[in-house]
Amino acid sequence: MFRRTEATDCEITWNGATIPARAGESLAAALLAAGITHFRDSAISGSPRGPLCLMGACFDCLVEVAGMANAQACMIAVTPGLAARTQVGARG
Amino acid sequence: MRLLILGAGPAGLAAAAEARAHGIEALLLDENAAPGGQVHRAVGGFYRPARGAPGAAQAREGLALIAAAAGVEARYGATLWAVQEDGVVSWSEGGRAHQLRAEVLLLAPGATERALPIPGWTLPGVMGVGAAQALLKSAGLLPEGRVWLAGQGPLLWLYAAQMLAKGARPAGILDLSAPGLPWRALPHLPMALRAPGYLAQGLAWMGRLRRAGVPVVRAREVAALGASRLSAIAVDGCQFPAEALLLHDGVVPNTQITRALPGCAHVWDQAQAAFRPVLDEWGNTSLPGVLVAGDAAGIGGARAAALSGRIAALEAARRLGVVTADQRDALAGPLLHRRAAELAPRALLEALFPPLPPGRVADGTLVCRCEEVSAGRVRAAVALGAQGPNQAKAFLRAGMGACQGRVCGPIVHALMAEARGVEPGALAPLRTRFPTKPVTVGEMAGVLAG
Repeated sequence: MFRRTEATDCEITWNGATIPARAGESLAAALLAAGITHFRDSAISGSPRGPLCLMGACFDCLVEVAGMANAQACMIAVTPGLAARTQVGARG
Repeated sequence: MRLLILGAGPAGLAAAAEARAHGIEALLLDENAAPGGQVHRAVGGFYRPARGAPGAAQAREGLALIAAAAGVEARYGATLWAVQEDGVVSWSEGGRAHQLRAEVLLLAPGATERALPIPGWTLPGVMGVGAAQALLKSAGLLPEGRVWLAGQGPLLWLYAAQMLAKGARPAGILDLSAPGLPWRALPHLPMALRAPGYLAQGLAWMGRLRRAGVPVVRAREVAALGASRLSAIAVDGCQFPAEALLLHDGVVPNTQITRALPGCAHVWDQAQAAFRPVLDEWGNTSLPGVLVAGDAAGIGGARAAALSGRIAALEAARRLGVVTADQRDALAGPLLHRRAAELAPRALLEALFPPLPPGRVADGTLVCRCEEVSAGRVRAAVALGAQGPNQAKAFLRAGMGACQGRVCGPIVHALMAEARGVEPGALAPLRTRFPTKPVTVGEMAGVLAG
């Protein structure tokens, strides 16, 4: 859906798979640049969801980061080795 | 702390600079990693449009604002989650919560994109135009493949022009606005010419698109199609392949925090079709010591926001006894005058770009994305007697999901007013509650323990 115009400089993992990223960009940007648009399964119907607003308002970009759920991917800055996973369903 | 400013967009940055100029101890908080807010996102670092490129002049203004605010204590990655009646403000940074009592609180949280619900809009691959612009500014990402823009509003045209300037190309722009608007907007043109820059800019963006041969089509309905992600769009029934669909229907003031403050009055702004806090010309809300500046006070654009930030900071200075009322008036006079000039094109912009009517949202379309509530269920709740969005929560849970009504609030409100046959201003806006952003028990315990 999106292509990069700047070089990447580190790596993160998404569901265990390595993807390139740029330190300091948002996790959402790194995922979208890697062609990942399915960030979570919605709480009510389990439908695939991805980001809508990319500014911390819509909460559709929720992912699990380092074991912590309900992280807004658009508000998390990439650090080398960051490990993120699809968030499935509702989380407390 | 004497003055706490929330939001490092143009209003917050200008307020911080003004506070510093008067020697006021101030703290600036922003949940983003760097200053600039939305309009000046990443100008300090990554986003450097070429001279003459769409958005370049604005980026230079953003850099100036950031420079002027340097020296004011600022915390980034700081997410405010509560404001207490005694003036204690709670926020979290890096998993740790902090609290501070502020004598004066200046809220400048800006605006959010108005939701444009269409069938299939929850499919991955559909996002806001503002979202795509944020990606361009903060990470240099360009949409690829068949990229469609749909809706209405100046940002749609700006972003399309920015795409072209960067070598990307929209497959088409689907204008969902009602025909005949430019004629109806004509009476507002003379006033708008007081700040001709806005108009010239808009015409320049549209000119770029026309010269590039980007199809611009008027449509009544757009739908997003696909199994687990967007693969096509339907425009008035005709299908086209799509890799990205970017939606825009204007922006609305972010009143998530002000609606959570007991006693903070809000008013329906008919021209902007949005609620905004009740404010005097200084930005005072109905709560002493709480001010709002910038787009959160009512949509006015970046330059008006910066002026409002300075005006509010001068009023804060008066409240804190740093300047007298006469000194405040003398210093603010030219700013008030300039703000009026910057706001002069608003009536024309509002007439040219009114939000899309709620009646066009089909019953089957989701309006509350978090709790997956459709427009039809909202209308059915009205038929059952739900009076407004607050009562509708008991019927539907709309507005009770993760976004706490940030996305669905305006459309649920509009749908219910239309279904009830009343003016939107007759319905109370969705009440919000602290914490306004997720916070863990551990973080809260940390501050309570002292």
